[in-house]
Amino acid sequence: MFRLEVRTSTPTWFNLALPLLAIAATLVLCSGLIALAGAGILESYGVMFTASLGDSYAITETLVRAAPMIFTGLAVAVAFRAKFWNIGAEGQLLAGAVASCFVGAIPMPGALAMLLMAIAGAAAGAAVALAPATLRVKFKVDDVVSSLLLNSVIYYALMALIEGPWKDSFSGYPISPPIEDSANFPVLIEGTRLHLGVIVALIAAPLIWFLIARTTLGFRIRVTGENPEAARYGGIHVERVLLSTALLSGALAGLAGVGEVGGVHFQVMSDISPGYGYSGIVVAMLARLNPLGVVPAAIFLAAVMTGAEAMSRATGVPAFLSDVIQGTALLAMLVALLFTAYRIRRVGVAT
Amino acid sequence: MSAPLIEMRGITKSFGAVKANEAVDLSVAPGEILGLLGENGAGKTTLMNVLFGAYAPDAGEILVQGQPVRITSSADALAAGIGMVHQHFHLAPRLTVLENLLIGIPGKGGRIDRAGGLARLAEIGRQHGLTLDPDLPVSALSVGEQQRLEIVKALFRGARLLILDEPTAVLAPSEVDRLFSALRSMAAQGLGIIFISHKLNEVRALTHRCTVLRHGRVAGRVDDPANTTSAAMAQLMCGHEIVPPARGPSTPGEAVLTLDGISTSNHAGTVLRGVSLAVRSGEILGIAGVSGNGQRALAEVISGVRSPDAGRMTIAGQTVSRFSPREVQALGLGRIPEDRMTTGLVTNLPLADSMVLPRIGTAAFSSKGLLKPDAIRTFAEEQIKAYDIRCPGPMTRAGALSGGNLQKALLARELAFDPKVLIVSQPTRGLDIGAARFIHEKFLDMRAKGCGIIVIGEDLEELLVLCDRIAVMYEGRIVGTLDSADATIARLGLLMTGAEGRA
Ligand SMILES: Nc1ncnc2c1ncn2[C@@H]1O[C@H](COP(=O)(O)OP(=O)(O)OP(=O)(O)O)[C@@H](O)[C@H]1O
Ligand SMILES: [Mg+2]
Repeated sequence: MFRLEVRTSTPTWFNLALPLLAIAATLVLCSGLIALAGAGILESYGVMFTASLGDSYAITETLVRAAPMIFTGLAVAVAFRAKFWNIGAEGQLLAGAVASCFVGAIPMPGALAMLLMAIAGAAAGAAVALAPATLRVKFKVDDVVSSLLLNSVIYYALMALIEGPWKDSFSGYPISPPIEDSANFPVLIEGTRLHLGVIVALIAAPLIWFLIARTTLGFRIRVTGENPEAARYGGIHVERVLLSTALLSGALAGLAGVGEVGGVHFQVMSDISPGYGYSGIVVAMLARLNPLGVVPAAIFLAAVMTGAEAMSRATGVPAFLSDVIQGTALLAMLVALLFTAYRIRRVGVAT
Repeated sequence: MSAPLIEMRGITKSFGAVKANEAVDLSVAPGEILGLLGENGAGKTTLMNVLFGAYAPDAGEILVQGQPVRITSSADALAAGIGMVHQHFHLAPRLTVLENLLIGIPGKGGRIDRAGGLARLAEIGRQHGLTLDPDLPVSALSVGEQQRLEIVKALFRGARLLILDEPTAVLAPSEVDRLFSALRSMAAQGLGIIFISHKLNEVRALTHRCTVLRHGRVAGRVDDPANTTSAAMAQLMCGHEIVPPARGPSTPGEAVLTLDGISTSNHAGTVLRGVSLAVRSGEILGIAGVSGNGQRALAEVISGVRSPDAGRMTIAGQTVSRFSPREVQALGLGRIPEDRMTTGLVTNLPLADSMVLPRIGTAAFSSKGLLKPDAIRTFAEEQIKAYDIRCPGPMTRAGALSGGNLQKALLARELAFDPKVLIVSQPTRGLDIGAARFIHEKFLDMRAKGCGIIVIGEDLEELLVLCDRIAVMYEGRIVGTLDSADATIARLGLLMTGAEGRA
């Protein structure tokens, strides 16, 4: 018989190995599904790998996909550090997309447009995140539920916009008018879609790491998350910290939407985000809430997404496998996290 | 002597490099109350956790009534007739007393046997004076009642050996008497009891025999605790003599903290009704009282975590206007909270973080919103050295420290800033006599340097040793203040029940 026993210490290498173990477990588990779909396991994973990371173009495509998940992953990581359970990155992303699209459609010099798009998008995301945080601080409303439900509210508000005032009267499609050409984010490598926003995302990760690890706000976020009572006794305004965290988290998620509008789609449509906000939760968990870990975690998920499409075309395995891999990775990571606190001990066998 | 009820032989248990228990032998006979003594970190809790199945020992065996048994879970322990009352209770707060008792006890046909439970509860209550209202939710019980429920729970499950890990640390003196009479009555019926405490007078009054641990090993046994001096037991625990610190005459100066008509309204159960007091520099003022008479509210107001509804407070002559931790700190107040684990420290973060927490925004540890990691680390390292805090280093998880070391860390983080006034609640709760002695000495040092100190506590003996004056709280008021030269436990006790105040 086996039993869980509380671990007295967790070796460092273990913390680094965990996400890798979780990913390995995920790929092994999902290979069963590939086999069920009648395709070769190694062949399928091979196609996934080549299509997502096999050449420089594939890599740029994967990075373009990773960018929004870096932002939502950071958003979730920051929030969860303070134990503000922000499940609303999806809605905050959509709000950021709408706001930046609105600004981007106004004629003005390109650089100014991009800056204002970012500000508007971040502000919109922050405003959306502020709602569940305020409800929690003022009325003790559960933030998991309120932030999650708000996603639907924002989604249908977006739908109302693109089906209503923004609807393309010429084609009749439910899409917003495009932003000005001058507001399109510059492409960094000719012939690819690698846009400015991707670089911003890659820079954001170390900045957020610095904020959490090296600033007083970061200190207060960490302490508030771990023990609000000790934080309050120590003179930290716990409510204020939670609200600041929500603003920061929402702004980051909003920036994910800005990047999608300014660098990828140049307009807003109903499927502008294939669930990047929810993927952000997986990313943050795989990264163990470390902002630096968010980058590789987001790239992994992006590679799975791009790779799954190619695999589906080549081997006939449904592209939904990408969602299954994401879900399994989250579960595997949660199980793996259990082993940082506990270890398995064999009992009942004579020694 | 009758055959032992429980025997532990050669128990060894390590945590990484730390040998928490090494070749420990221990036995308890039916009807015997065994005291388990030892300094903080000597391995008492670990040993009991092994007996209760929470940890698997690395070596050694456990015998129940002479039969070797394998205990790998609390369920095994209960089946073997071993019950444990942990220091942190394991109760479901929203369920009633009866429901808590019946958790995990299968009734007939999967239904809960309410009537049977009630009958057993009444019977246990009658036998040992452990009465409880079966329909009250646990959240409405006092700490003493919750403890009583834990004991009843163990008896309910048929325990023949009851382990109590520092049960008196959370009790008021009157509750201690009640607990002791229950334990004696249980022993008289043939139950074995293991009693852990740092208070040697309690151990001498209650136990029949003691086993003393030091650094994880058995340092000795005491066969007749009632006729052994506390000093001899302390010597056995620490390996050297412990002399109580001598409190010289005080030379109080100006008032460094004054409260004038401080009142609070009732939101957390306790209220203050017009409390006025003054602490002068170079004196130690004790606040005695049965817990729940407003001491917590008083500590919170002085510490700046609760604003009073009426009244005035000054620190070093300055009026406190906003009652925030930062304001009172800036005026020169040092604060040591009652509950180290929940309000004092952040157990999951490095010790260094907890040590700088209340002053993280000051120039010592940050500037312009940026932390000074080197300054934080150096500060923590210096304090660890100065106060001999036993831990691998400033980056150790705070929760891994023992109680005495946690208390030293909290003391260090305040005293490093030379407070003009210090407020402390229950300064030595759960500490061994060596650690308590160290804390007392520090207070006396601070007093000699002109610091005014307020000690809120329930341990009257400690207050009498330490304080120059003792004020007694009753129902939110200060009902009397005695010079400790005139104070006796009897007089304080009378004041604490409100008897003298009413006269
Ligand atoms: N879960 C754990 N992980 C690592 N070390 C531990 C753990 N539990 C106890 N220890 C260490 O084992 C030793 C014995 O601890 P234990 O809690 O048994 O002491 P104790 O005698 O109960 O002390 P106290 O009087 O402070 O309660 C200490 O050095 C402690 O730091
Ligand atoms: Mg202990």
